[in-house]
This record gives sequence, structure tokens and C-alpha cells, in this order.
Amino acid sequence: MAKAEFDVPELQEYVDVPELQEDTMAHVKSFVVTKPEHNTDLGFPGELVEDWHDKALEKLDDLRGRYRSLQVFLDACVKCGSCTDKCHYFLGTKDPKNMPVGRQDLLRKVYRRYFTFAGKYFPKLVGAKDLTRETLDEWYNYYHQCSQCRRCSVFCPYGIDTAEISMAAREILDSIGYGQKYCNEIIGKVHKIGNNLGLPGPALEDTLEGLEEDMEDDFGVPVKFPLNVKGADILLVTPSADFFAEPHIDGLIGYGKVFHEAGASWTLSSTASEAGNFGMFIGSYENMRRVSMRIREAAQELGVKRIIFGECGHAWRVAYAFLNTLAGPFDFLDQKYPAPQHILEYTWEQIQAGKLNIDKSANDDMTLTFHDSCNVARATRIGDYPGSQFETPRNVIKAVCNNYVDMHHDSIGERTFCCGGGGGLLTDDLMEIRVKGALPRMTELQNVIKDKGVTHMAAICAICKSQFTKVLPYYGMDMDQIVSLHQLVSNAIVLTGQVTDDDEAESDAESEAEE
Amino acid sequence: MSFFFALLFILASIVFVVGLALKINQYAKTPAPLRIATTPAPITKTGVVMRLFREVVFFESLFKGTKWTWIFSWIFHMALLLVLVRHLRYFIEPDWVPTMVWALIELVQPFGKYAGFAMVIGLVGLFFRRIFVDRVRYISAPSDYLWLLVLGFIGISGLMMSFVMHTDIVAIKEFFTFSGGQLPVDFPLIVHLSLVALLMLLFPFSKLLHVPGVFFSPTRNMVDNPREQRHVAPWAKALEEEQK
Repeated sequence: MAKAEFDVPELQEYVDVPELQEDTMAHVKSFVVTKPEHNTDLGFPGELVEDWHDKALEKLDDLRGRYRSLQVFLDACVKCGSCTDKCHYFLGTKDPKNMPVGRQDLLRKVYRRYFTFAGKYFPKLVGAKDLTRETLDEWYNYYHQCSQCRRCSVFCPYGIDTAEISMAAREILDSIGYGQKYCNEIIGKVHKIGNNLGLPGPALEDTLEGLEEDMEDDFGVPVKFPLNVKGADILLVTPSADFFAEPHIDGLIGYGKVFHEAGASWTLSSTASEAGNFGMFIGSYENMRRVSMRIREAAQELGVKRIIFGECGHAWRVAYAFLNTLAGPFDFLDQKYPAPQHILEYTWEQIQAGKLNIDKSANDDMTLTFHDSCNVARATRIGDYPGSQFETPRNVIKAVCNNYVDMHHDSIGERTFCCGGGGGLLTDDLMEIRVKGALPRMTELQNVIKDKGVTHMAAICAICKSQFTKVLPYYGMDMDQIVSLHQLVSNAIVLTGQVTDDDEAESDAESEAEE
Repeated sequence: MSFFFALLFILASIVFVVGLALKINQYAKTPAPLRIATTPAPITKTGVVMRLFREVVFFESLFKGTKWTWIFSWIFHMALLLVLVRHLRYFIEPDWVPTMVWALIELVQPFGKYAGFAMVIGLVGLFFRRIFVDRVRYISAPSDYLWLLVLGFIGISGLMMSFVMHTDIVAIKEFFTFSGGQLPVDFPLIVHLSLVALLMLLFPFSKLLHVPGVFFSPTRNMVDNPREQRHVAPWAKALEEEQK
């Protein structure tokens, strides 16, 4: 068990809808930007501006004129309560300000006070409140306890999406110099270096070379991980965690094997070495666009024909739903393929075409379940029909594994729970909310472990993988029970010309004899 | 009194129509710069029309969310629709509209009459939910209770006139069709008309904006086609030019 400075919820058979306990999470505040450049690199004031009150209201007014979603969502809520028990952070913390509508109301009450007739003249009647320093701090704390997972929007009769409100609130905070360190520092790294981790080109090259050597040693097959290859057909853009973290890197090896077996000409780019786009987390169109443009520029410079994204949730949302709008048109790519594509679309195509030699028994030591990543589930497709984002990953898993079961139907598909670490919350200073927010997912995982003999859970998101690696031990489970989906693919692929275990034993014996 | 109510309803109608038109105009004119349909989402316009139809007629998302709230609010809204259609006969002469329309209004009469009870039952259910469910109580402002009360008393005063103390309906119709009738001085009628006028006056400034709002909700009315089409808002276009 990992040590915790807070009470870790005990797993029960179900997650009961808790009775409200006000302000249980009021103390949870992620680190604020202290080095001004973390804000200024992104085009925001370095520190909280003096006239923050007026500037914040100005920004709110500006944003509701730019985003129909914000204006409609602020007006349309009738307080029906449908969303109140849907947020994993509420279920895990009991704090009413973590109910989607409770979170929205932090902004809505200010909107009403300053921008609506009823709120201006009858504030008490409609629950309108002045913008005070306390409100501002509450915005900061609670809008950084939302993973923008959109689960609430599924159940809202008007489709109100708290993610949109959170993004707007964070943009307001950034515009007055009250930025979150975690997100803003990372976005700065992408602008300067090209990826979230700040891995420079040479380090990336080393890592990939090491990976190629390992592959050659393990399988006797030269599986390549090309970098900056001009004229390659495919540009692979993947979350930078894939380059070094476990279990992410096993997924990267999987992509490499698939490309190798398909005979594809592909490359990574050192300037677009990050699929993730934290610009979305802070609601900044401009930053999201700047990050996206790196990918367009890399694709043009390398002269590729296709762009494919690796396993990542929010990244895939930006890629699938926004990239064409932000950084398009992609008329210089091969128009036979959607731009961009998901690695699973590619792998599934290869499996269906019989291009991969698969030995499903290689995964027989595991019984798998699949965690639908929130942003993939509720903001994208992985295929050409609605719902393909659920079916394609399962199709691939079932094609490479013999043992697969789903978790409870209320916790997968469009109703899937966030891992608890999405939306700019994957930072150690938010450990408490991350652990408590994982409660619903952990509950359903434990149920299939107990009832169906599940041993591992596959995911297709860098954040989910990192989050579960960290959080599983809090709930008495093992950190390597979380695996990359392409890790399963990797296990099952028998490379053409691969040295089998028997061959290996022989050659080992030979080399020993020689010695 | 007729003069007062005539003025009130002229004013209420103007505020209602103009206020709502301004709001709808605002929603329509505000750009929606990114595709944010909650998926799985339709990939065709027809699909979107069907999605909105299910949302508006069956309250699909609410049904997924909470069955109790769904049943009460669906009963209330459907009953309200019947009641409203039934009320058309107080404002329209048969020869003003095509025969089919009048036939429909006639058909609805008996249903609309009893739908008033269903409407009130739905509202009572919603009111109790607001009081007894701690989560809903927490998010409720005084106006949220008051709306239920206003609608409830509109319903009850209407039912009074239908079932307890009839009012001079012919005179009312003459009044509302500008045929020179005088409003009868009946207590339920005065309550009924005053609250309806209040509702019309406040509609564009309140959460009743969920009515136009649902049609403008980007998560529900967008076609899921971002890879096929670019959707650049005018202000985003300007930003692109700037960053070039």
C-alpha cells in the first residue's frame, strides 16, 4: 500500500451516491505558477494582475461572445439534478462543489450577477454572487478538480458540458495571471522543445536507438523506430510518455512491430514529439493552435502522406475533433485516409487485411478488461461510424487475446468513468483528488477481478496509464495491472523471421559451447 | 380591469417575443469554433435532427440520468403541451385557420382538459424532489422553487375554472380575440392570467431559456464530422491571419 496523507476510500461492491459534505475538497489546490515565464511563455500576465476583478469579468464577457457553448450552457441549466451524481470526483469526495452543476454554478453565479437582468437586480432570488477574492480562489481550486471528461454532458437534458465551463474558467484565470503551474509549464516546454517532458531531439534519438538494439537482441529482427525521416509515408505522433515510461513504452514497441510487419514507411518527428495538447486543458484556442501547428509543420517538412496518433485520450480528442480546424487544411496529405488517424484504426486495418502474424496464446497469462478513456469515448471516433471508439479497441484486443471481459455496463462506453487524472490533474500536488476520483473505476475493476478473474486492464491513454500506475496501489492492487493496448498487440505479434525461444536456447547453447 | 389586463398582456407579449428573439439571435450569432458534439454523435444532418427530436420529445439524456426526475418532468412538459394546444381555441376563431388545424384543436380538448391534472402532479413531484434530495436542494435557488409554484398555481387556477367554478369563457374569448369582450371578475381567472403574464415577462430573463437553449446546444446539435470538414469561426480566422 502506498502511503497516503488522506483517507483512501474503501472499495465496496457499488459506489453509493454519498450524502453531501460541504468543502471536503476546499483545501485541495494545485500549485500556482510562481515563475512568471510559465505564464508569459503562453501569452498570459506573469502574475495576478492588480485589476483582476474587472479583467476577469471582461474576459468572461469576451468568452461568452466567442463560444456559443459557454453562453448557452450558462443560461440553460434548470437545476434538474441529473448530473449531480455522475462526476467521479463528487462520488469520491462528497463535496457538492464537485457535482457538475455545483462546479458550473461557481462561474454561473458570477455570470448572473454581472450579465443578467435577474442577477443584477434580484441577486438573492436567482443565487447570483459578487466576484470576490474568495470566489476567485474557489474557481482556481475547483476548476482544477475537473478532468473535463464530459461524463456529465451525457446525462444533461441540454447537453451542458462542464468541461466547456472549466476550460472557460481556466482561461479567465490565465488571462489575469492566475495560472496553474503543471499545465502552463508543460505547454511552455512544448512551445520551446516540442514535447511535454522537454525531451530534446538527441535524447529522443538515443532512446529510440536503444529500443532498436533491444528489439534486435530480443527477436533477431531489425524493427526500426525512425526519427525525422524525410519522405516517409506516415508521421507517428505519440505522447512523449511512450518514449520512456512503463507501460507506455511497451505500447510504442507495439506500434513499431505493427509498422514493421505491415511494411510501412514511417517516422517520428523530434519537433512534433508530443501528441498531448494541454492547450485544451486551459481552454486556450491560441495555445492549442500553436501546439497543433507544430504537427502540421513537421508533416510538411518531412513530406509525409499520413498522420497517425498514438494511444492518448485528450490528445486524440484534439487530434480527431480539432486538428483539422486548428491546423488544417491537410490537403497535402493522401486524401484516401482521414487526417489524422488513430493508431488503432491502422492496426485494426492491418489485422483485418491479415498482415499481422498473431499468436493469441502469447497473452494467455492474462485476463483483460478495457478502460474506455473518457475523451476518446465522449468526444471522438476510432473508425468511420459512431461508436467505433468503443468497438475498434475491443476488436483489436479480442484479435490478440483469448481472455477478455467488459466491466459493468454503467462504467464503460459513453458512461465510462475518468481515470481520475485527466484534464491537467496528473500532478503529485493533486494526489488526494486523483486517488478519490479513481474510486468508481477502481470499484468496477475490483468487481471484475473478483467475479471474472480479470488480471489486467488495458488502456489507450498516456494519462490513464500514468494515473493507474500511481493509484492502483492505493487501492491494494498492483501497479503493473495496467497495460497499454498495443503492448498486447506487441506480445501477440510473431515477427517475420523472429528468433523463437527454441532457436534462442540453441544459439545460447552454441555460444556457451564456443566460450 | 379589462383595460389593465389588456395592457399587461400587450406588454407581456412584447417582452416575451422581443426578449426571446434577442436571445435566440444571440445564440445563433455567437460562433461555435470547435466541434464538441458529445459522442457517439450522428455523422449526418438527418442524424442530428433525429437526436434533437429524441432529446426534445422524449428527454433522452434525462432518461439516462435519473428516472424519477425524468418521469415527473416528462409528464409535466407533455401535459403542458396538451394544455397549451387546448388553449388555442380561446385565441383563435375556427375560420382563421385551416380546417385540419381546427380539427386538431378540437381533438385535443378532452385530453387537454384532464392533462391539467397531470401537469400539476408532475410539478408536485419536481417540487418534492427539490426539497428532499439533498443534492438538488443544494443547487436550488429561491427562483427554482418559485417557478414550480408559479406554474403550479397557473395549473391549479386553470383547473378550478374547468372543474369547480366556471368562468364566462365566451367573454374571455371575445376579450382575447379583440372582439370587445370584458373579462369576468373571477378570482381564479385573475390569478391565472396574472401568473401567465408574469411568466411571459420573465421568460427571456430566466432559466426558462432552456427551451431555445436545447436547440442551440453544441454538444447536441453538431454533426460529428471534424476530420471531413474544417469549422473555423470568424474570430479564429482572424487569429490565423495574425499568427501567420
